[in-house]
Amino acid sequence: MSEQTILEVENLKVNFDVSSEGDMPWTKPKKLQAVNDISFTLNAGETLGIVGESGCGKSTLARAIVKMVPAESGKVLWLGNDLLSLSDSETRPYRKQIQMIFQDPLASLNPRMNIGEIIAEPLRTHYPKTSETDIKARVSDVMNKVGLLDNLVNRYPHEFSGGQCQRIGIARALILKPKLIICDEPVSALDVSIQAQVVNLLMDLQEEMELALIFIAHDLSVVKHISTKIMVLYLGNMVELANSNDIYQNPSHPYTQALISAVPIPDPNIEKNKELILIEGDLPSPINPPSGCVFRTRCHKVQDICSEEKPEFIESSKRHNVACHFHD
Amino acid sequence: MSLLEVSNLKVRFETADGIVNAVNNVNFSVEEGKILAIVGESGSGKSQTVFAMTGLLDHNGSATGSVKFEGEEILNLTNKKLNKIRAEKIAMIFQDPMTSLNPYVRVSNQMTEVLMHHQGLSKSDALRQSISMLDAVKIPDASNRIGMYPHEFSGGMRQRVMIAISLLCKPKLLIADEPTTALDVTVQAQIMQLLAELQKDFGMSIILISHDLGVVAGNSDDMLVMYGGEIMEIGKTESLYVKPTHPYTQGLMSAVPRLNDSEKRLVTIPGNPPNMMKPSEGCPFSPRCSYSNDKCSNVSPILSNVNNDDHFRACHVEIERIA
Repeated sequence: MSEQTILEVENLKVNFDVSSEGDMPWTKPKKLQAVNDISFTLNAGETLGIVGESGCGKSTLARAIVKMVPAESGKVLWLGNDLLSLSDSETRPYRKQIQMIFQDPLASLNPRMNIGEIIAEPLRTHYPKTSETDIKARVSDVMNKVGLLDNLVNRYPHEFSGGQCQRIGIARALILKPKLIICDEPVSALDVSIQAQVVNLLMDLQEEMELALIFIAHDLSVVKHISTKIMVLYLGNMVELANSNDIYQNPSHPYTQALISAVPIPDPNIEKNKELILIEGDLPSPINPPSGCVFRTRCHKVQDICSEEKPEFIESSKRHNVACHFHD
Repeated sequence: MSLLEVSNLKVRFETADGIVNAVNNVNFSVEEGKILAIVGESGSGKSQTVFAMTGLLDHNGSATGSVKFEGEEILNLTNKKLNKIRAEKIAMIFQDPMTSLNPYVRVSNQMTEVLMHHQGLSKSDALRQSISMLDAVKIPDASNRIGMYPHEFSGGMRQRVMIAISLLCKPKLLIADEPTTALDVTVQAQIMQLLAELQKDFGMSIILISHDLGVVAGNSDDMLVMYGGEIMEIGKTESLYVKPTHPYTQGLMSAVPRLNDSEKRLVTIPGNPPNMMKPSEGCPFSPRCSYSNDKCSNVSPILSNVNNDDHFRACHVEIERIA
């Protein structure tokens, strides 16, 4: 696999304006920090897994990379070009290199288009001059790639099962031969046996087409399975970033440790004797995040310094980054 | 005598497109103080099985067979009689706590209503009991929070409220239909631990419906695997995990990605879930089964004993071949 860096994200910040009920029109809306100061790099053919609880900013981060939500500050360098500084029309050529797959397979397909049209749409949009015969050939080619029979082109999305719909979504993303696919919870809506099929498919395609993937999921076992490196987010902040095996064997941040211990393992002997690190309470409000370390309100290692000083994101060991004053 | 005995339960729905046989000939029992897990993929009939038991089927559904609770037949009772049993003897919690709570009514009223209706308590007694129940499910500051509306609670807290409501009348059996599916793993761990503690304190039985084999592993005594509306395998949780004897259970176990496993390729079950409109002649799993032969697609296998313990499976293939 080549070591070429294709995506570099530097200090990306996304804020949302939130006005509370009863505010006067001139009251300044509050800032909700959805994504705070995130930096990472992604090489060609690599998979970055992003995990965290709901509301931690996983999807917002993904959307900010493809400019579906405006970023407050920071840089998204795609092959050296800063996407955030480009205008919409200047971004367009890069869009075909980055594609997305979404969580709900049926909701992300237009119910009034047949799947041939759905899969061909990106091609027609980005290469309007492609001839009909070419389009047909390309569509049947990607359909075969994702394991769909190409005689199904005239069917409509509702005629397919969840797993097949997700394959259609993948085919639509692949038809432009992208370099990066951002998968936002692609398997959470699927059953175990179908989930395994889709995960295997993504891994095969990645190898075959040298794809880079950003894989967002809340199921840590799936993420570990598919990723080369993993980023753990908490309340919009990176708390840990390391290689996938490394992070599971030596989690250094208390949050990562708790998260991993909370994942149920399908083995009654392990599961019934497991020591749980339970996190108490709920995610604090991102409108009013805790001072200092964002995790301190639920952390079992918390000390005075945690509320005063925000821990820096440092390299604790080789290629293992963590933001904690008392990391292991 | 078992607390709950289900025999030959069948559930069918009449739809505009034809008849759907959602549950076929299901037999199982729940012992007192035990947790039975029902595992299966979507559409396998696990929810419809318990809905039929408690009379919660949709209007176009009908159930036949027998469901005995404490020795008495409860299937197809009138709503009036069922209302006595539901809440007081059998309680249920659902997947999505927000849709099971009434968004317009304060939690306090949703809780006291149960006690006042079923046990005839006065408002103030009911309130006192409700607060202590919220304490029992570990909601901090219960006496203040009970006056709030459901939207003021987080997902995990709402599920705690649901559990508290279901336990108010001290039921003998709690049916938990995917209680943690909508929650994050960290919250899931909290809720499952809470359920385990409450089960011990109240001495009740639980039917835990889940598709997550990890959750089931740590939180059940017995386990029931369903596919296409039929029971594939039933037995002690340990023995099913250590040695699954049905090809479907086996496939399911190996399809789950595991944290403690570095194998790169997942084992998959080829094919798609069955179409319940067109029931197959033989074993519902045969079109996807790698061991399948002619007999499997023609003759429906019956549950038969594996070894001598409580381990049963419905499969024609010799056990020795499945390993």
